[in-house]
Amino acid sequence: MAQATKHAVSRRSFMKGTAVAGLSTAALGGATLFGCAPQAEETELANTSAPTVPVDDKTTWGFCALNCHGRCSLKFHVTDDEVTWVESCGTPDADFDEPQPRACLRGRTYRRWMNHPDRLSYPMKRVGKRGEGAFEQISWDEATTIIADELRRIIDTYGNEAIFFPQMSGVATSMDSMSNNSLTRLMCMLGGYLGYYGDYSTGAAQFSAMYMYGINWYGLGSPLNVAEDANLILMFGNSLAETRQGGNIAHYDWTHLRENTNAKIYNIDPRMNSAMYGHSDEWIPINPGTDAALVAALAHELIENDWVDLDFLHEFCVGFDEETMPEAYKGKAMSYRDYIMGTGYDKVEKTPEWAAKITGIPAERIASLAEELGTTSPVYIAQGWGIQRRSNGEHASWAIMTLPCLLGQVGLPGTNSGSREGKNGIMLGSVAPGENPVTTKIPIFSYINAIEDPDSMTATKGGVQGADKLSVGIKCIISWAGNALTNQHSDINHSHDVLADETKCEFILGIDTMLTDSMKYADILLPDLFPFEQVGMSNNGGVNAHIVASQPCTSAKFERKTCYEIASLIAEKMGIGDEYTQGGKTVDDLMREAYATTLEADPELPTYDEFMEQGFVVRKGEKTNPLAAYREDPVGAPLGTPSGKIEIFSEKLLADVEGWEFQEDDTFADLGTPAPIPVYMPEWYGVETVTEEYPLMLSGFHGSARIHSSFGNVELLKELNPQELWINPSDAAERSIQQGDTVRVKNSFGEMELVAKVTPRIVAGTVACAQGAWHDADMNGDRVDKGGNINTLTTQRPTPVAKANPQHTNICQVVKA
Amino acid sequence: MAQYAFYFDNARCTGCKTCVLACKDKKNLNTGEAYRRVYEYAGGATEKSADAFATTCFAYTVSVACNHCDSPVCYANCPQGAIEKDPETGFVSSDPEKCIGCGTCANVCPYGAPHVNEETKKSVKCDGCADLVAAGGKPACVTSCPARALNFGEADAMAALGERADIAPLPSVSETTPNLFIKASADARGADSSDGEVANSAELA
Repeated sequence: MAQATKHAVSRRSFMKGTAVAGLSTAALGGATLFGCAPQAEETELANTSAPTVPVDDKTTWGFCALNCHGRCSLKFHVTDDEVTWVESCGTPDADFDEPQPRACLRGRTYRRWMNHPDRLSYPMKRVGKRGEGAFEQISWDEATTIIADELRRIIDTYGNEAIFFPQMSGVATSMDSMSNNSLTRLMCMLGGYLGYYGDYSTGAAQFSAMYMYGINWYGLGSPLNVAEDANLILMFGNSLAETRQGGNIAHYDWTHLRENTNAKIYNIDPRMNSAMYGHSDEWIPINPGTDAALVAALAHELIENDWVDLDFLHEFCVGFDEETMPEAYKGKAMSYRDYIMGTGYDKVEKTPEWAAKITGIPAERIASLAEELGTTSPVYIAQGWGIQRRSNGEHASWAIMTLPCLLGQVGLPGTNSGSREGKNGIMLGSVAPGENPVTTKIPIFSYINAIEDPDSMTATKGGVQGADKLSVGIKCIISWAGNALTNQHSDINHSHDVLADETKCEFILGIDTMLTDSMKYADILLPDLFPFEQVGMSNNGGVNAHIVASQPCTSAKFERKTCYEIASLIAEKMGIGDEYTQGGKTVDDLMREAYATTLEADPELPTYDEFMEQGFVVRKGEKTNPLAAYREDPVGAPLGTPSGKIEIFSEKLLADVEGWEFQEDDTFADLGTPAPIPVYMPEWYGVETVTEEYPLMLSGFHGSARIHSSFGNVELLKELNPQELWINPSDAAERSIQQGDTVRVKNSFGEMELVAKVTPRIVAGTVACAQGAWHDADMNGDRVDKGGNINTLTTQRPTPVAKANPQHTNICQVVKA
Repeated sequence: MAQYAFYFDNARCTGCKTCVLACKDKKNLNTGEAYRRVYEYAGGATEKSADAFATTCFAYTVSVACNHCDSPVCYANCPQGAIEKDPETGFVSSDPEKCIGCGTCANVCPYGAPHVNEETKKSVKCDGCADLVAAGGKPACVTSCPARALNFGEADAMAALGERADIAPLPSVSETTPNLFIKASADARGADSSDGEVANSAELA
């Protein structure tokens, strides 16, 4: 197998003869095969790369550009062209009200991560089988020649629709981000590529948001400062401190909110997540995947007790009751009210007793919560994204968004749409995206199917958009800054089998900073630079907004290059080098141009040079509410739905799915299709569908030590956040599992091994682990994943309407290893 | 004589451990050692009876390093007299020239603050980021906290923000008079409580 090359310190330090004796053999030796290095080396590195008393040559500003949305500021202390200490932007006397984009625990480990033995340093060519991780160093010239030849061959043989970029979220800057980066722009100039819609974060909710509000899901929330004016705050599965941990985003905003509101706060969650530490009275434990059943019973109580805001529902909404049903569906008992009260669809009355059996919340508690909701205002209701990452995700997210509408609690001060909390921002220009000549799109989550079984990828079966069906399967993958080939995609064992077959996807180009599990499938593997190792800028925020700037903290070490440089080299080989770089523009040139458009729109911002010098700009946010305009003037400011109103009943959904093929458990009652209203659907693998063989539900969540798989190989983080399986003491006792025991989790898709965290902070009947752990299995052996990656046990079956990823919908058995 | 102290807001802390990692990077610590730790203290039960859940679960987190105590037991027990308490700052530190690495300090400290470094065989622990403090700053852990749960300053000023650290799983303040002042969360239990236990022993360095 592959022998490891370790690039723990840069060549420069090495040649200067600093204390790196322990690394010398491998670092100097001609070892060109690449694999995962043993863990001990990371520790060794740390001892050698930082002086005890740092004397800075310089400090530079940079930022974290990962997918937690933090975009937190990083301050690099640099000596002899090596980073010695990574600070953030926290100042000693900052008032609690002064927002600062402080980096989280992950950002404080960049020195270890950027120098990690898994770091890629040279262009490489795969020499083993796909997935084995064996590579041979080659020159940039050879690498780009192979890439150009393969791209030409694939375009000539199959057409541009055969080229695909799987989802990535490892970098988001004004230069390079998810759907607009140096490589997508290059491919646009070379005839295009197969597009995708949706994403792994909120694929299902994006559909429900458009059906219901006609507003993009990502722009639908009121920031958390709006909740200051609420008297009741209801969070569904919203783990604010874990999902967005930085100092100028939800983590800070949540802590700040709690001290600035008089509202009673409830968190409905199968886990007492870390946003509730110290405040356990906020927790209402619920079975995962059953939030829509809770909402239905709350709606029942609100209707029964006349706590619904009928005036609002009739003026602003469609389909609550018969009065506002679309013409074509009048008189058919298809309103939301009919569903709730048992006069339509399944003819089941959604009483608290009905919901108690499903949700695990006592009927009396459901009734009392309904009373609190019905008799309090303002009410701020929000949901996390995990709710919709389930087989019933479209309807679950829709149901929660319906709850504030029943109360008339939308578009007013102190209220939210029921989507996730919103955020304020400072607009920041970026490089203009190319225009993709290929207009066919697939749901992002079906990309493995588009390789394996392209004939099944039709409009009515596979959710293909822009064409009736794919003309060709995916034959070429370009994956930059992403780990969704295997690690972050469902059913890793199946993905492995499909990707390992070189006759299916014929060429895989991988570009990243680390040798991730996905990168082991690359045919050509290229070394990227971190955002703080190059010029760049990015933006984000929560209640308050910030923009961040980056200058290279050190020289580019080894043979690492920026994504733009890599794309430029490929462009040159393809004969469009000059056209691609617009006559040799640098990243700095492009960022100056992008920032000029920013300044034009927002002249109060500093100049480009000042921005680069100061590293970040923070701006306090207003109490904004995306639905305020509609509430103010429903006729003059209609929503983007077909009716212009809030659609609790969506005629459009029924029209969209007409003729689609569904599995039985995707359809509701006797409709033959998914429901046009936000019903509770039992999950495929959920509380109502557990089996004797797999009696427990298994859910993922965002742990604090990784953002998805990023940072997943940093030993310091792993030590403090071991990959644990949360299990209730009663479930553990049944299995003779003690705190700290190694356990095996198994279902029909695979098996993983991790450590038991026996805790009353999770409901009985459900086990959970942080998603994103680095997959670690012998794929030629027993395939037991010692990394504890939940995607060893997740399904590739997409949700019915959005064709999104139901990665929290799983059942399993747990045994002591 | 001045005395510096830490302040910890137990109602704000979400247990993220940014303070621990910021410390580790500043102090160049590897796996197996930490100058600051975040304990999860939890208790109660979440049970399912008939169809419904009932929970008495509570949980909170406590971030703690060396508290540069008024009555440091490490100082009192060091057989070499290697531990000093700085009159200017109140910082407690160990002189590596005198330290023989016997580990007495590590054994007697009720906060687990000092430990003997495996390589140097010397006692090491939080020094309050004396270099940053001398330059007018605050310890790396304090300025790193995204939730603003940590603070640092003159003991009198910190005492105005919270009570001297008397919550579980910390020992009673009577043992060492720690310079750690805490604002307790609603969940917090007293130092003598047996309602819960340290629930994250596998997550500490």
